[in-house]
Amino acid sequence: MEKKDYFDLYREMVVIRRIEEHSAELYQKGKIGGFLHLYIGQEAVCSGICSVKEPQDRIITSYRDHGWAISAGIELNAVMAELLGKADGCSQGKGGSMHMADVEKNFWGGHAIVGAHIPIAAGMALGDVYLGKDDAVTICVFGDGASNIGFFHEGLNLSKVWNLPVLWVCENNQYGMGTAVDRASAVSEIRLKAEGYGMRNERIDGMDVMTVRKKAAQILDSIRKEGGPYLLEIMTYRYRGHSMGDPERYREKDEVRKWEAEDPIGIFRKYLVEKGIATEDALNSQDEEAEKIVQEAVDFAEASPEPGDETLFEHIYAEPTPIEYRGYALEKKSEGK
Amino acid sequence: MARMSMREAISSALWEEMERDERVFIMGEEVGVWGGTYAVTKGFYDRFGEKRVRDTPIAEAAIVGGAIGAAMTGARPIAELMTINFAFVAMDHIVNEAAKLHYMFAGQIKLPLVIRTVSGAGRQLGATHSQTPDAIFAHFPGLKVVSPGTPADAKGLLKSAIRSEDPVLFIENATLYQVKGEVPEDKDYLEPLGKSKVQREGDDVTIVAYSKMVPAALEAAERLSAEGIEAEVVDLRSLRPLDMDPVVASFKRTNRAVIVEEGWRSYGVGSEVSARIYELAFDYVDAPVKRVAQAEVPLPYNARLEQLALPQIEDIYQAAKEVLYG
Repeated sequence: MEKKDYFDLYREMVVIRRIEEHSAELYQKGKIGGFLHLYIGQEAVCSGICSVKEPQDRIITSYRDHGWAISAGIELNAVMAELLGKADGCSQGKGGSMHMADVEKNFWGGHAIVGAHIPIAAGMALGDVYLGKDDAVTICVFGDGASNIGFFHEGLNLSKVWNLPVLWVCENNQYGMGTAVDRASAVSEIRLKAEGYGMRNERIDGMDVMTVRKKAAQILDSIRKEGGPYLLEIMTYRYRGHSMGDPERYREKDEVRKWEAEDPIGIFRKYLVEKGIATEDALNSQDEEAEKIVQEAVDFAEASPEPGDETLFEHIYAEPTPIEYRGYALEKKSEGK
Repeated sequence: MARMSMREAISSALWEEMERDERVFIMGEEVGVWGGTYAVTKGFYDRFGEKRVRDTPIAEAAIVGGAIGAAMTGARPIAELMTINFAFVAMDHIVNEAAKLHYMFAGQIKLPLVIRTVSGAGRQLGATHSQTPDAIFAHFPGLKVVSPGTPADAKGLLKSAIRSEDPVLFIENATLYQVKGEVPEDKDYLEPLGKSKVQREGDDVTIVAYSKMVPAALEAAERLSAEGIEAEVVDLRSLRPLDMDPVVASFKRTNRAVIVEEGWRSYGVGSEVSARIYELAFDYVDAPVKRVAQAEVPLPYNARLEQLALPQIEDIYQAAKEVLYG
């Protein structure tokens, strides 16, 4: 790893944190609507994995997708504009916080039905194998909560039966909404569920980005060489609630504080300084740079136009198809009344 | 033209499109070694091999979800759900994923995907295996829903569905597989999705139907004809997009309509079509539009009771007489 790569990785994690902090503020101001699920505390997972993936590797994740969108390479402007529902958003304001995508960056979404993207991920890997793209791995990310739904089991089973190149990444942040893993899952060590499908698996620490990087690189390499799926359970923690407006009655403040002491950004900072890769000053200037580009993205998003009314009826189908009903007010408008 | 059964017509559409485009493959329960539970894919496994004719676990979310994922990468999967009753197990992937991904990501994701399935009753399969819930799936913008009533349309529409860039739910009817008809042999014979078709001309009454109710409506029309009443039979062929033009054009001449469907009446295809007739041609209404549909019960096993619940040719005939003579 070059020195620049360490700085880039560090800055990316800080950018994700700042984007989320700004998002929380914008949500409270009413500028972001709908549901908002923050990634704060989990940054080492997306940054670590994306720093070692190849361009042909596909990423698909759940609704807690801002960090993944950024690590996959979507421009911050497009991420922030999507959060504000603007025309310059990566999904042109049609997706919102939970549904970001940029297929040019091989980021296939933000999917908001828990676990529903798991069989889809198996299908993407099938598509790659079928079409002869033998060196691509599909990286499918989901939370601990998703491992209890049927989709998870159907998807994992299919991936093993057909020996598909999927890296299943369980971000175990220890709560499915407000329900602790051991209250919802018969086995709280999620990786053990892969054993039921004869699938290789491992559980690792997700607060240390270097651990995530190293393990992900090894596993991606082994999937590419040996084929077949692999379940990687990554232990992590979200510092904020499940979504904005979560009363957080399910955990003690002390527990959150304990994990905050294990902050992935702090751990990486310490590593960089102790290894003599960076000075505190150099990292502080990365922090400032991160804050600056995030603020620029916020400014860009605020200035971005609203999507036009005509876009309401765009993208229902890929082929030209008659639109059946436009709604009462719009019918009147089109009749000129 | 060749005379063939609906099963042969569907099978030949699949075969020709697989020969034409290597990106097309089939996945589903018992589609391969078994040859399809309705024998539609008999011989496919030997010809195209296990890569392109893929037997899946009995796991409908994996079948539809997997097909969606493969379509996202540029393959052109045909997912088979053994019957539409099992589509409920894959409902999330049909309505929350297939129908929405193109829109939700502003056109970035395309789903050239066909989900073939079998609807309808009449084979004493009991309440869970005999439903005709087609209208439910037609409720969702983003999905195309096609259901042919003749062998020729089955072939032409299925080929169009396979070549389409959009997700298409292609609904067949098990009791129509043996029905024979003249089918064009041209390998590029296509019927357009989202276009209704007049299957029989007449000026006295309009009968709107689709799928299995098309041959039923045509037979009712023959009985009416013997009495000097000429019914026009309009076959919807697609439930979404729904093409009302031939229906409305016919209704403006006949001023009377009967809508026939095999499924339940409430919130059904007949509800939608009759509402649109009133919206689009109210000034032409000479009699209240009649709906012929299934009795609103979960279907029983007993053959006589089952037939009692299902719409019969006699019901269509009687309904036509009622809209004509009150």
